[in-house]
Amino acid sequence: MTFPRECFIVFRRQLRMNLRNPAWVIIGMLQPIMYLFLFGPLLKPIIQELGVDNEYTFFVPGMLVQLGIFGAFFAGFSLIGEWREGVIEAERVTPASRTALLVGRLIRDLVQLFVQALILVGLGYALGMTGSVKGIVFGVLLTMLVGGACAAASNALALTTKSEDVMAPVINMVMMPVLLLSGILLPMTMGPKWLQSVSDWMPFRWITDGVRTSFSGDFARDPMVYGTAWAAVLFVLALWWGTSTFRKENA
Amino acid sequence: MIHARGLVQTFQSREGKKKTVVRAVDGVDLDVAEGEVVGFLGPNGAGKTTTLRMLTTLLRPTEGTATVAGFDVVRESEQVRRSIGYVSQAGGAFSAARAGDEVVDHGMLYGMRGADAKKRGQELFEQLDLDGLWTRMPKNMSGGQRRRLDIVMGLIHDPTLVFLDEPTTGLDPQARANLWEHIADLRRKRGATVFLTTHYLDEADHLSDRIVIIDHGRIVASDTSENLKANVSGDLVDLQLADSADVQSAATRLGSIAEAGRSGSEAVEIDGNHVRARVARAGRAVPGLLADLGSAGITLESIEVHRPTLDDVFLTLTGRSLRDAQETTKDENQTAPDAELVAAGQEK
Repeated sequence: MTFPRECFIVFRRQLRMNLRNPAWVIIGMLQPIMYLFLFGPLLKPIIQELGVDNEYTFFVPGMLVQLGIFGAFFAGFSLIGEWREGVIEAERVTPASRTALLVGRLIRDLVQLFVQALILVGLGYALGMTGSVKGIVFGVLLTMLVGGACAAASNALALTTKSEDVMAPVINMVMMPVLLLSGILLPMTMGPKWLQSVSDWMPFRWITDGVRTSFSGDFARDPMVYGTAWAAVLFVLALWWGTSTFRKENA
Repeated sequence: MIHARGLVQTFQSREGKKKTVVRAVDGVDLDVAEGEVVGFLGPNGAGKTTTLRMLTTLLRPTEGTATVAGFDVVRESEQVRRSIGYVSQAGGAFSAARAGDEVVDHGMLYGMRGADAKKRGQELFEQLDLDGLWTRMPKNMSGGQRRRLDIVMGLIHDPTLVFLDEPTTGLDPQARANLWEHIADLRRKRGATVFLTTHYLDEADHLSDRIVIIDHGRIVASDTSENLKANVSGDLVDLQLADSADVQSAATRLGSIAEAGRSGSEAVEIDGNHVRARVARAGRAVPGLLADLGSAGITLESIEVHRPTLDDVFLTLTGRSLRDAQETTKDENQTAPDAELVAAGQEK
């Protein structure tokens, strides 16, 4: 039971430091709330085009994926600070598993995402979202898989660049097309044919569609299969990348 | 405790489009016995930290082998990590976490139970004069306190071998002297073997039983501070003559007792009415020299005998003073971050 124990030690340390920082807690909670209240109402006039009975039925799953992706993309920034202060080096000189050093941090990111998801879904229900409970549970799990992938990739990128100044533009460059081509804010089906074809190449669009379909409780449809498959592939790739950087990271 | 043979670490360095392979460590042999305190001395960029990172399993050697605390650094890296404590230049406690929490978590990553790690950590806090700082954040500590906290973290699992990388860099003189005491205690009170890198001559001189000097990735000398000074340099004898007409005559006489291997007038430096040369065991040779000069009718204004410093040792071994070496390696250091990035691919 060494590996789970090591993951837990790393996780507990991360969580303790985060909880001691009130800004981290407040911003984490406010993010989903602001999106729901300040962007959700803009969708009300186009309910019919979205093909749903309530704007939040469309918006909450998309928001969930967005939090999963973008929240996790920033996870690596705190790692650079730790690296600079020699924390990563000090951890790497202990006999602890290198994978545990990464996974412990990922669990912290996933706990944060899970709490945000609970707030989002709870508020969504309160605002009139409809969805199947089983579907919502699966949708949240799918989101956490994607979030884990993005957090692992972000940590790997952090240890590769070791500089906020390099990492920030890289993340911005990745985030723009992901946000615009995933149909998170508005469905891609509203766009012209060529734009839809471009978005077919965006894995996160399939995942967004997958989570949305899952919320409706309809597990048998294509987007579910593609979305789940993409999430699993990304997770495995990112975990492999993250672990290998923790192994060879040259602090 | 440490046996290394032919350790090599190469980095790819890029300058514009030109790629060159830098041999940061170029065939290092090293033996450290149990209970020894060894100072690893060299200018910045000489390969000290890279060697240390190979010995602490953080960097896989490009060539060569090393056993540390009886285990192979490549094949048995986990056992090596269990046996050693490593205090890196950067430290190891996060500035915005509580000191005690960092220490306990670090101990637990070594497999200690939380309660044991806490007990052990608090003992170490007491021993290293950190009483009352258990819940303080490192960012609110002084430089000396932070370094001592780093050492606590390196000692939490009671290692028999401790690596210290530039332990006093950036500390003020008092904090430095205080840390020296604690480093000396590592062996005095705990019986630990200590391997420390430094680019301060006085630090290596003060703390270590034996000094290993590295330059351009190669070991250029390894001996006690006393022997290094006695064997390599000799003492500097500086004669100031009353009459500058006697200079040549005095130089010949001083030259006759100057260090073997550097005999003749070349070993003697003439500067105005000063005549200088390095003389082995000057304390014994000077009375004879004075009698010799007196019988030749040469009058001295003054005579000074300087014991050699490690800087003289470095100068004799490498042809550069340590200070010059620091200057010339500055440029090389600027490309180092790049080189390290590429080298990451070679690690396991």
